[in-house]
Amino acid sequence: MSLIHYLVLAGILFVISIAGIYINRRNVLILLMSIELMLLAVNINFIAFSTYLNDIQGQVFVFFILTVAAAEAAIGLAILVVIFRQRKSLEVDNLNELKG
Amino acid sequence: MFEFIFSPEGYQVILFYVYSAILIGAALAVVTMRNSIYSALFLILAFFSAAALWMLLEAEFLALTLVLVYVGAVMVLFLFVIMMLDIKIKPKSGMSNYTKVGIFVAILMGLEMIMLLGRKLSHVLPQDDLVKHAKGHSNVKEVAENLYTQYVLPFELASVVLLVAIVAAILLTLRKRDDYNHVDPESQVHVKANKNRMRVVKMDAEVGNNIGGEE
Repeated sequence: MSLIHYLVLAGILFVISIAGIYINRRNVLILLMSIELMLLAVNINFIAFSTYLNDIQGQVFVFFILTVAAAEAAIGLAILVVIFRQRKSLEVDNLNELKG
Repeated sequence: MFEFIFSPEGYQVILFYVYSAILIGAALAVVTMRNSIYSALFLILAFFSAAALWMLLEAEFLALTLVLVYVGAVMVLFLFVIMMLDIKIKPKSGMSNYTKVGIFVAILMGLEMIMLLGRKLSHVLPQDDLVKHAKGHSNVKEVAENLYTQYVLPFELASVVLLVAIVAAILLTLRKRDDYNHVDPESQVHVKANKNRMRVVKMDAEVGNNIGGEE
């Protein structure tokens, strides 16, 4: 196995989650899950480089990314619950308060 | 051929492709499923396969952390929220414009990445195989040595980030309800010692015949 295999795998994963953000217009939850997948792809890159360059700092970085991602998931889900309480739906197209 | 498959290296290659296929399939299922419970369950599968891949990369500590933190905590939180909310599943309405744009953008991004990897970076990247560590090598020890010396300040900051996340999550979902009895802690704290409290009066005991109010 060489590094390029892992990089291609992470690239495919990242691209799938990008497509997921565009595809899912009826559920904000799956958008959050796509973001988690993206972070996973980035983490795979970090760990692959860390192992192949024999440098442990990449793994330390992944540790911090995991921490921040957990915090992000908690706050994101809390926001989502508040949105659902007010709107009674999670469709992306309903979230047009800001007229963006 | 058979000798390669049954050698340790060959077995590792097979494992890599099996786990990668499961990971990509699970990721595709996450973004295409319309029932979000299935999405969450496939996301668990994706995280688990990624943890297996990290094991192959000899990052044992992070692989276990991924299973514990993501499968054990974050995904349970996701499932909890999905089951708590009453989400209505709408029937499929064909490929929307967003879907076409999304697939187009994804393919374009993928091509860009492959072009970068193929032309620009391929001679910069290390080509040799995985660095094999000695038998007694401990990944946990190595991570800990870095985490608690060079990165001790970011480590502390990470705990602050988690604290902020707890406070924010609680504050966002907190709501005042009128249908149950409670005492406001603020008014409890602001009680003045001599004004609002009950006063205990010292007095002699009443002694007499008319105890009990009979007369």
